[in-house]
Amino acid sequence: MNKGWSPYLGGFLTGILLIVSVVVTQKFLGKPHYLGTSTAYVRVAGLLEKAVNQGSEALSYYQKYQPRVDWKVALVFFGVPLGAFLAAVKNGEFYAHLIPARWKESFGPRPALRAFTAFLGGFLIVYGARLAGGCPSGHGLSGMSQLSLSGFITVAGFFIGGIPLALILYRRRK
Amino acid sequence: MEILLGFLTGLFWGYIFQRARILRFEKHIGLLTLKDFTILKFLLSGVIVGSFGVNLLAQFGIISYAIKPTYLLANLLGGIIYGLGWALLGYCPGTTGGALAEGALDGFFGLLGGLTGAIVFAHTYDFWKEKVLTIGALGKTTIPSLIGVSPALAGLIFSLLLIGFCLFLEKKGL
Repeated sequence: MNKGWSPYLGGFLTGILLIVSVVVTQKFLGKPHYLGTSTAYVRVAGLLEKAVNQGSEALSYYQKYQPRVDWKVALVFFGVPLGAFLAAVKNGEFYAHLIPARWKESFGPRPALRAFTAFLGGFLIVYGARLAGGCPSGHGLSGMSQLSLSGFITVAGFFIGGIPLALILYRRRK
Repeated sequence: MEILLGFLTGLFWGYIFQRARILRFEKHIGLLTLKDFTILKFLLSGVIVGSFGVNLLAQFGIISYAIKPTYLLANLLGGIIYGLGWALLGYCPGTTGGALAEGALDGFFGLLGGLTGAIVFAHTYDFWKEKVLTIGALGKTTIPSLIGVSPALAGLIFSLLLIGFCLFLEKKGL
């Protein structure tokens, strides 16, 4: 397994991707699409809920973000996984596992515990991102690039919440 | 066209994420326990390019901004909730699908949690809108507008500051 790219190279290419994406979407789609991911969850959630709970479309949040497959859904749920899969396979790094090694070091090999905490963590990141109005892509990369005040406050919140909990959780080693 | 562009953007991004190790649980927990700054270096170098490029292109009228409005309390509170989830999950909304595609099966539970979080948020949005989004609602505020300099100049200065910070991280061997 090689070491992969420097994070600086990956970040640089991401910055270029952001700019190209904004220029291209502004030209071809009529308005700029800055990189962001968490609203994709709302669109898909709306589609799923609509299938089982008719009338859910009336919720004001689904009116604001109408359930449909849009640019971000294509990006988050199709593009990113396929790109990551191709990169992993091409470099011989696809490795199926349920429990990350670092998690196991602190919490052991119990699958149910990891599945539950991953679910709870996923719940909180999307719930929190929607309350804040964005995630590390929307508020972090795109927001801070536009020097938006909301981006800086939200990113500070990510670390205010994340660092103390991580220091407590991962301090112990089994 | 919209779907195709989103898909292609995601394809490139997913490839970059995988090569730069941004999908790895270890890297996210490494950042939150202040031991491995890969994720931060990645994000900041994206912002270095983005801040310089976006503000310069906007100055020349080539692109327009899409600033997220500031809601002081919601940004901070949502950010903190996000941070708690981040420490538990070890992926972010944009990288969970990529992590799953690289073989991290716990990402599947993260995605389920994320979609559940989006559904629950849609059902509680009216509460937040009424009670919290009204506090510190400053509209589409940017740092350049607060300090009274042109966005292009502020973008350049911010990029240079971040370059300095990255050089500092490298000098300290972090």
